[in-house]
Amino acid sequence: MSFFETIERYRDFDFADAIGRAGEADIARALSAERPGPEDFLALLSPAAEGRLEDMARKSQEITLRQFGRVIQLYAPLYISNYCVNECAYCGFRQGTQIPRMKLTMEEIEREARIIAATGIRHILVLTGESRRESPVSYIGESIELLREHFSSVSAEVYPVDEPEYAELVASGLDGLTIYQETYDENVYDALHRGPKRDYRWRLDAPERACAAHVRTVGVGALLGLADWRRDAFLTGLHAAWLQDRFPEIEVSVSLPRLQPQEGHYTSPHEVGDKELVQIMCAFRLFIPRAGITVSTRERGYMRDNLVGLGVTRMSAGSHTEVGGYAQGPRTTGQFEIADHRSVEEVSAMIYSRGYQPVFKDWQNL
Amino acid sequence: MDDVLKIAGREIRSRFLLGTGKFPSHTVMRDTIVASGSHIVTVAVRRVDPDAGSENMLEYVPSGCILMPNTSGARNADEAVRIARLARAMGCGDWIKIEVISDNRYLLPDNAETIRATDILAKEGFVVMPYMNPDLMDARRLRDAGAASVMPLGAPIGTNKGLRMREMISILIEEMDLPVVVDAGIGLPSQAAESMEIGADAVLVNTAVATAKDPARIARAFAMAIQAGREAYLAGPGSIKKYAEASSPLTGFLR
Ligand code: SF4
Repeated sequence: MSFFETIERYRDFDFADAIGRAGEADIARALSAERPGPEDFLALLSPAAEGRLEDMARKSQEITLRQFGRVIQLYAPLYISNYCVNECAYCGFRQGTQIPRMKLTMEEIEREARIIAATGIRHILVLTGESRRESPVSYIGESIELLREHFSSVSAEVYPVDEPEYAELVASGLDGLTIYQETYDENVYDALHRGPKRDYRWRLDAPERACAAHVRTVGVGALLGLADWRRDAFLTGLHAAWLQDRFPEIEVSVSLPRLQPQEGHYTSPHEVGDKELVQIMCAFRLFIPRAGITVSTRERGYMRDNLVGLGVTRMSAGSHTEVGGYAQGPRTTGQFEIADHRSVEEVSAMIYSRGYQPVFKDWQNL
Repeated sequence: MDDVLKIAGREIRSRFLLGTGKFPSHTVMRDTIVASGSHIVTVAVRRVDPDAGSENMLEYVPSGCILMPNTSGARNADEAVRIARLARAMGCGDWIKIEVISDNRYLLPDNAETIRATDILAKEGFVVMPYMNPDLMDARRLRDAGAASVMPLGAPIGTNKGLRMREMISILIEEMDLPVVVDAGIGLPSQAAESMEIGADAVLVNTAVATAKDPARIARAFAMAIQAGREAYLAGPGSIKKYAEASSPLTGFLR
């Protein structure tokens, strides 16, 4: 079993046609469905649904309140290595870019950990580029073991590994895995990636390998803007729902990072506007009401402030995307441009001002 | 005659139990607990951070309350047991609400694992309050495993759908000699009153209070409804437990 079977079923599906045909009646039905199905989800992602955006937002808010309450969970990313053997056209860490390469020693990781923990953050996301030589699984595992001393939940966003390796990381204290497919469009995927990452299927199946290895949470997503975003958002939702079905004990979340107009000198061919981002978020909430929704500091403050209450359940705050960035400030270039530079304290104050509580700790190392 | 709820030998001042998740801030939570008059409040161990100083939510639970930590996030008995022991080590006392959920889509309790956890924790001296799917046989198993009460769901967590499990819960109330606390799914004071009218011993509410526009105010409404429901139960025909009645006031003349 693999989510790939679902992808294959949609291979000859005419998205443009189906989305174009969605009309008012379909959207009304999707909005009133107790458990919207894939067709409803598609209708909610259609251009025609834009006219019902306020209704979608209202429903999304209501579901989020009931399911998650007036809380937003906070986390921070921690980049420990930027060595990468891949060439992803849109990424600042890709092999061809002339940036200083480095990886943190355990002492340096500890230093970063202390700085982040002092802000109150208890959930950490550790990230690396893809280099089995410079940042092998053993190195990632060792980092996780160290980080779990400082945080109550350690997640990772690293290159895909096999099931025994995920199990090894879980044994080190890994709590959650985040892995984005970037795009579910196989042709675009193929065109944008060079290096081991080019193996679409290996990456696609990574979340289920991690689930089989008993991570507690798993997050999927697409980098919206690389390909037709409606199709990518649709398949992201289906992927999350598929994981929920197959691994009911695992907490599944989705993320909707959008490609900045100019990223790594790569221009987005399918720009996602603010309105469209909100539409995607609300459609996710209606289709997969129990899934977490993450918004990072890629989004600027104004958007993040206004997304609170719409469906988001998790936000990063006070982020640095450079290796060693918390202790030293930028010594290297970050993986992507941060748009919201506010401190953890400032983001917390913003969340409170919107009638929500920032939650720093929402898991317990067992 | 005094109508006092007793759990594990302790007199409980209020039949309204309050959950503390989902509140917009710790201070709102505290004010709401005070307004509710609740004596037992449940706190998710996963949310407790003893190192958080003034941000530690336990600091906001009024001192007169019985703290009932819960094992939210546990997917099996072993995790629930570990969380319970952690709660005790954190100084949260001996009461524990067991929540074992192995299905994240519906958040339904896993009775088999809950029974297993109850068995282990009751032997370790915990006052065990298990959240459960209202099944009579499982309720009996929980009692035999040492549970101090049973806490059947009215409807799935966070749905605010009310007493959807009414028939099954009525059977538990009828048959069980342990306190029956309706937990989860209660969205309105009227639904809490209904639970009490059919003879539940108490009601636990979280989402409907924490996410209301004015949590303290709706907490007061719930407290009144729960009291009213209890009064109705005591006043009505439902007040007479069928098998507890010694004589036969209606047919006693047939002799
Ligand atoms: S996206 Fe990841 S794999 Fe691709 S170049 Fe950047 S760091 Fe490497």
